[in-house]
Amino acid sequence: MNSAISILIVDDEKIVRDSLSKWFREDGYTVGSAEDAASALRQMQAKKWDILLLDIKMPGVDGIELQQRIKEIDPNATIIFITAHASVDTAVQALKSGAFDYVTKPVDPDYLSHLISNAVRQRVLANENLKLKEQISEFSKADEIIGESPCMQKVYELIRTVASTDTTVMIRGESGTGKELIARAIHSNSSRRYFPIVPVNCGAMPEGLLESELFGHERGAFTGAQYRRKGKLELADGGTLFLDEVGNIDMKTQMDLLRVIETKQFTRLGGNDVIKVDFRIICATNKDLEKAVAEGSFREDLYYRINVFSIFIPPLRERKGDIPVLANFFVKKYARTMGRQISSISADAMDALVRHDWPGNVRELENAIERAMVVGKPPAIRGEDLPFQLLERRTVPASGSLAAMERTHIAATLEQNHWNISRSAEILQIDRVTLYNKIEKYGLKKP
Amino acid sequence: MVSAIHILNASDIGNDHLELIARRVQETFATTTDISDRPFNLSRAYDSSRGQYNSTVLLAELLNSSPPAENKLIAVVDVDLYIPVLTFVFGEAQLNGRAAVVSVQRLSNEFYGLPQDEKTTFRRLEKEIVHELGHTFGLFHCRRYDCVMRSSTYVEEIDLKGVEPCESCRTALKGVRWNPS
Repeated sequence: MNSAISILIVDDEKIVRDSLSKWFREDGYTVGSAEDAASALRQMQAKKWDILLLDIKMPGVDGIELQQRIKEIDPNATIIFITAHASVDTAVQALKSGAFDYVTKPVDPDYLSHLISNAVRQRVLANENLKLKEQISEFSKADEIIGESPCMQKVYELIRTVASTDTTVMIRGESGTGKELIARAIHSNSSRRYFPIVPVNCGAMPEGLLESELFGHERGAFTGAQYRRKGKLELADGGTLFLDEVGNIDMKTQMDLLRVIETKQFTRLGGNDVIKVDFRIICATNKDLEKAVAEGSFREDLYYRINVFSIFIPPLRERKGDIPVLANFFVKKYARTMGRQISSISADAMDALVRHDWPGNVRELENAIERAMVVGKPPAIRGEDLPFQLLERRTVPASGSLAAMERTHIAATLEQNHWNISRSAEILQIDRVTLYNKIEKYGLKKP
Repeated sequence: MVSAIHILNASDIGNDHLELIARRVQETFATTTDISDRPFNLSRAYDSSRGQYNSTVLLAELLNSSPPAENKLIAVVDVDLYIPVLTFVFGEAQLNGRAAVVSVQRLSNEFYGLPQDEKTTFRRLEKEIVHELGHTFGLFHCRRYDCVMRSSTYVEEIDLKGVEPCESCRTALKGVRWNPS
């Protein structure tokens, strides 16, 4: 129904306003009129208008100037100029300033009808586009970053500050603190969010492979390169390149990467064509880059290029207040994905979770909850469902021999798993025969 | 007895032709009609700079010259009509009002340099009269290609649409509360 589309007619001649209003009302549009710019702007403040027909020649503020003010209020408004004085100059000026079209009075009804239909179609498409983008934003929203502690609030503030810029970001923090999540949050809140964020784990690849992964290669560039392959730099065009474990990049690739960051262009391995790219870089590391620079294993110029805006994610042990929130979040997450009826964590289990130091940070906590969700029984996770709880209770001799520590650890694992040999062997990552041998060796007995 | 819709013929179209159209009007709007060719002054609506007649002014004239007892009025003229912002109109009506006007001028093939075809002109006039009267009953333009309430800005478009309102326009018409005196 056309009534969803509103048209505001701005013309100093009453007869024009009246006749156009009538014409559009018969088509079922919601129509308004204004005799001058001031009245038009008042109506713009009061209500959103989809299409505005502006007379160019009006006393006081003319149509062209009025258009600029309208665009300040609603940059998406569709504007059509109408004038009795046709001139190429005014038409060009009107269209250059962002008008949808330009008509001369009197206008052919067929032409006006088509013009309005096109404007409506464009408006509907623009609205649809906006809705789809919003939906994409919802879909592409990074996994929830959980944490209510003051130090995490500061991290959120930094994300908000830097996201809208195109600045290179360095995320630092221990392993498992969620550096990639932060990178995704920055990307999701940036103007590049409709393009991909391409993560590259620089620490997981050997020298030559990382180079090929980043730059891509032409067919025959090296043995086994049977096809041309686009690199991550090309895939990140328009979006964000997330270089995880950036401190692990070898010296040669560091030099190549520096060149790309500076020139925004590169060639594929074995290729001659220069490829231009536009991406934002977000890096992450848990290494002491300053030390690496001092030792000469990381280029100083690259360090300054990537260390423009730094975000530090505190380890979990320094924000213990976040542990209950995170743990409950993971319980909900795995209850949903595993289809389990476990919805809470018992008080003793939560106490154990908060007391633990979590050297593996959030990742370790998530793994612990995932495991507890597997072994636990509804309705809540209990202390014995947690992998480390018994270990913490036992006093492990700090200066004990390796054999003593191994005995304690095996005993704790067996006890924790009610002497289930298969499960204990799985957790200890040894086979069942080895476990039986060790039980015998250390004289462990089932209670 | 006063008919619910009064058709004022100010054109060269014969009243016998208009009788046929009146029957269609009666059927569509489920009401009575009558036809007259009493004098109707068009000169006030004439714009010498355009050589056309302002249909909005004509509507006002029509209302001024008609007794209030005439519930709805439609004038059929054979002059070229316009509204100020458009180059021409086939007709004009008061949305949810009393008066409407239709011109035969641009409905005739002769206007476009083609041989006269009275049947075509008649069919176009019939559709435009029903269309404009539809507006006086509060109907908006319809998107259905075969509905008489579809907007036509090009004469051949009139040929494409039907002479009757579509189902949904009919339903809308049934919902109109109208008590002619």
